[in-house]
Amino acid sequence: MSFNIENYFSEQPDGNIILFYKGNVDSDVINSILDTVEDKVVEEREQAKLRKKIYNVLVESLQNLYHHVDRVPEDFEDQTSDKYGVLVVKKVENGYRIITGNFVLGDNLEKLEEKIKRINRSTQEEIRELYKFILNHQRISAKGGGGLGLVDIARKTGNKLDYRFIKYNDKFSFFFLNILVTEEN
Amino acid sequence: MEPIIIEGTPKTPSVKFNDVEGIFEIKGRSIPENSVEFYKPLVDWLDVYKESPMAKTVVNIRLEYFNTSSSKCILDVFKKLEAIHKAKNEVEVNWFYEEDDEDMLEAGEDYESIIRVPFKMIEIVE
Repeated sequence: MSFNIENYFSEQPDGNIILFYKGNVDSDVINSILDTVEDKVVEEREQAKLRKKIYNVLVESLQNLYHHVDRVPEDFEDQTSDKYGVLVVKKVENGYRIITGNFVLGDNLEKLEEKIKRINRSTQEEIRELYKFILNHQRISAKGGGGLGLVDIARKTGNKLDYRFIKYNDKFSFFFLNILVTEEN
Repeated sequence: MEPIIIEGTPKTPSVKFNDVEGIFEIKGRSIPENSVEFYKPLVDWLDVYKESPMAKTVVNIRLEYFNTSSSKCILDVFKKLEAIHKAKNEVEVNWFYEEDDEDMLEAGEDYESIIRVPFKMIEIVE
């Protein structure tokens, strides 16, 4: 079967999609997605606590894409986007799912997976300590990221990071991060 | 030196740093992609202020949201305040958080545990 981003989403038909975006993730796109989703969760009359968590997680996921995506493969359908990413926001039974997708080059895949595994092995208390350690000891990278995005997402949601790498070709994989934001935690 | 007065935007907070009164405030949302660009002038200003600070400096942080990239810059602001405090000046940080916003309270507690300056956690009840 050939590579198709939509396949990942059709495997998971649960919930109502309230936003689907694929393309360049620049500052204006981030603004407009944040506005749209913020309005939607107000319309859905979600509690302030859940609304804030959704907003926070959405900011970090979008800015993770903005700061860290790798270039797209040479034969990929979209050659115009500098920072190609996919975002889906879904309302599910117990909260919201925020799903991001982006290309990752071989060398970066291992580093990313190691980071996620470390977070997923940690207790909430350890994640808080890890957050404080990175906050206090790591400088902001040349790309502008603080290295805290995933740690913050795991901390705020209280859930393990659900992820998958789908091989595109020998050099590239497509990385899906599937974040569940629930009322609790 | 001139006070800093910056209007808030949907992605950056309003800032009022008044060197004559010794009252500083950061309020609103801090979620820019490039937070260093926004915070560097504030940190530079504090570098000058710390040479001749007021006997007492009060800092009010009233943030609704901040991203992880801002969190490092906010730490840089606090480090300047810590230096002022270390030089035997009074410094007080008031960390405001909205009712039930435990994430924001925890964020304040994280800074309190890193920075040696007295913090007060203040819940805003509507």
